[in-house]
Order: sequence, then C-alpha cells, then structure tokens
Amino acid sequence: MGPMGFTAFKTSLPVAFGYVPLGMAFGVLLVGLGDPWWWSPVMGLVIYAGSAQFLAVGLLAAGATAFDAFVATLLLNLRHAFYGLALRDRYRALGPGRGYAIFGLTDETFSLLAGRAPEPRDREFVVALTAWNQGWWVLGCTLGALAGHSLPFSTQGLGFSLTALFAVLLVEQILRGVAATTLVGAAVAAAVCLAALPGKVFLIASITLGALILVVLPRPRGAR
Amino acid sequence: MTPWGTWIAVVVAMALATQITRFLPFVLPARWLDNPVVDKWRVGLPAVILLLLVAYCLKDTGWTHRPWGLPEGIALAAVIGLHLWKRNALVSIGLGTALYMVLVQTGFPWSP
Repeated sequence: MGPMGFTAFKTSLPVAFGYVPLGMAFGVLLVGLGDPWWWSPVMGLVIYAGSAQFLAVGLLAAGATAFDAFVATLLLNLRHAFYGLALRDRYRALGPGRGYAIFGLTDETFSLLAGRAPEPRDREFVVALTAWNQGWWVLGCTLGALAGHSLPFSTQGLGFSLTALFAVLLVEQILRGVAATTLVGAAVAAAVCLAALPGKVFLIASITLGALILVVLPRPRGAR
Repeated sequence: MTPWGTWIAVVVAMALATQITRFLPFVLPARWLDNPVVDKWRVGLPAVILLLLVAYCLKDTGWTHRPWGLPEGIALAAVIGLHLWKRNALVSIGLGTALYMVLVQTGFPWSP
C-alpha cells in the first residue's frame, strides 16, 4: 500500500464505522426474505448504494418489477448527480481510475471529499478512498447476511434503520443550511401526495411535485 | 425466497439507475447544467428528496389506532435529537433503531 493508500485508509475509518453496521443491517434484512447469503455482498459490489439496497429489500418482498426498481432508484439516487456536479472539475482531472471513482461516489465518499482540498497525488487518493469505502460496505453486507441466519434475538423493527438513515441525512442537509421555504414545499408535496394518491406512486409523484415547487420558489438569498 | 429471475432483473435495474445518477453530471455538457433551474435543484432538491423519503418510510404507520405511531414518533425524535447533540450518524441511527426495536417488540405503549 503506497502512502496515498494509507492516507485513504485513515480517511475512510469514520465511514467504516457507519458502513459495516449498516451493511450488516442490510444483510440481515435480505436473508430475512429467505434469500441466499451471497446475494448480499453481490448487491454491495454491483449496486453499491446503501439506501437503494435497503429499498430493494422492500421491493423484493412486495414482488415489485424491475421497472419499479429502476424508477424508484433513479429518484432515490438523483441526489448523487449533484455530488458529481460539485466534484466535476476535480474528478475530470483524475485521469485513469476516474470511472471507478464516479461509480463509487456515495453520500459518504462525497462527504469525505467535499470538505478536503485535493491531495498531491489525488488520483491515487480518490481511487483508494473509494475502494476502501466500498470494501467496508461489502464487508458489512457479507457479515450481516452470514449472521442473519443465526441471530439470537428478534430483528423485528430493524428496518427502521432506513428511516433513521434518511432522517440523519436530512438533519445534515438542514444543518448545512436549507431554506425553510424548501422544507415547507417538501412537506406540502408529501401531504398532497399522501392525501390524494395511492401509496404505490408516492415516491415518484411527491418528488416530481417537490421539484416543481422548488422551481416556483424564489432562490433563497445567501444559498450556496 | 425471491425468484432468481426477479432478483437479477431488480439488481441490474438498480445498478443501472444508480450509475445513471452518478455519471450524469460528467456526461452532460456544462452549459446545460449552468442554468437557474438546475441551480435551484442543486441547492434544494437533496433536502426535499430526503424529507420525502422519511415520509415514504412512515406512510404506512397507523396514526389513528393503537399504538398510534408512538414507537415511530419516539424513535424518530430520538434519532433527530441524538444527531443534533452528537452529530455522529452511527450513534443516531444505531441507538434510534435499537430503541424502535425495543418499543415494537415489547408492545409499547405498555398498559393492561
């Protein structure tokens, strides 16, 4: 491991403490459907999007189609497009390995990179950091799926970890400065869609409505 | 168990959709991205989507009958409170989920 690899390892440790337990929760939920344990690490390798994988458990349990999964994931992960927007110039400069770095640009990898100036050998650093983070996630997915069959306690209610994850990410967004009107707009979109539409289309309908409300709202002063 | 074909189709669909969202800003021409509407979305949309995801997770909660959504409400308040206090995602998610599991598994609110 080169010096940049070690720097990346140290930088990834806070993410390890989040990814390993969360990945384990995902693995436990997935084998709870009666699915083979190794499906969990495969999903961590191929999809590598925590919230989408949690959503996949619910979709698989409900017998959703691949189209449902595609649309739900597109909406769920749309925020990643804005991470790429923020890191566009830095990632463009990476050269080879850039493709993997973009593939693995999760919420957590973004949060580690957003607050730091580029390293002297940034390509090595970013690629190694992305790989460490994905490694922690796949490790968690594997351990959880293996342990899931033999846990000595009931896992009823474990799915709340997804709600908690979204709530924490929302609080982080608010602490970074989100206009109150934006939150009110989102609450209006949620209320309208809950009241007027069947639950199946809630996510796509409310996010579309929320995006339209944002266009109508004046751009908040002092926003980034 | 999920049928093999369903699993493979769902995994491929989710991987594809995820990678579209991650590669989009790198393949779109810069001038498309430089307009006031995209700017409003860049600033506001992440928070909107996260709020709607929380609502999505809670939408099947029965607020009008026992236990009146109390386990969800209490655990969510704990997650938010812990996060404002410690700002450690693992602590907030872990303790909040543990609290929720205890509440639903012990039949909260406990009463005769």
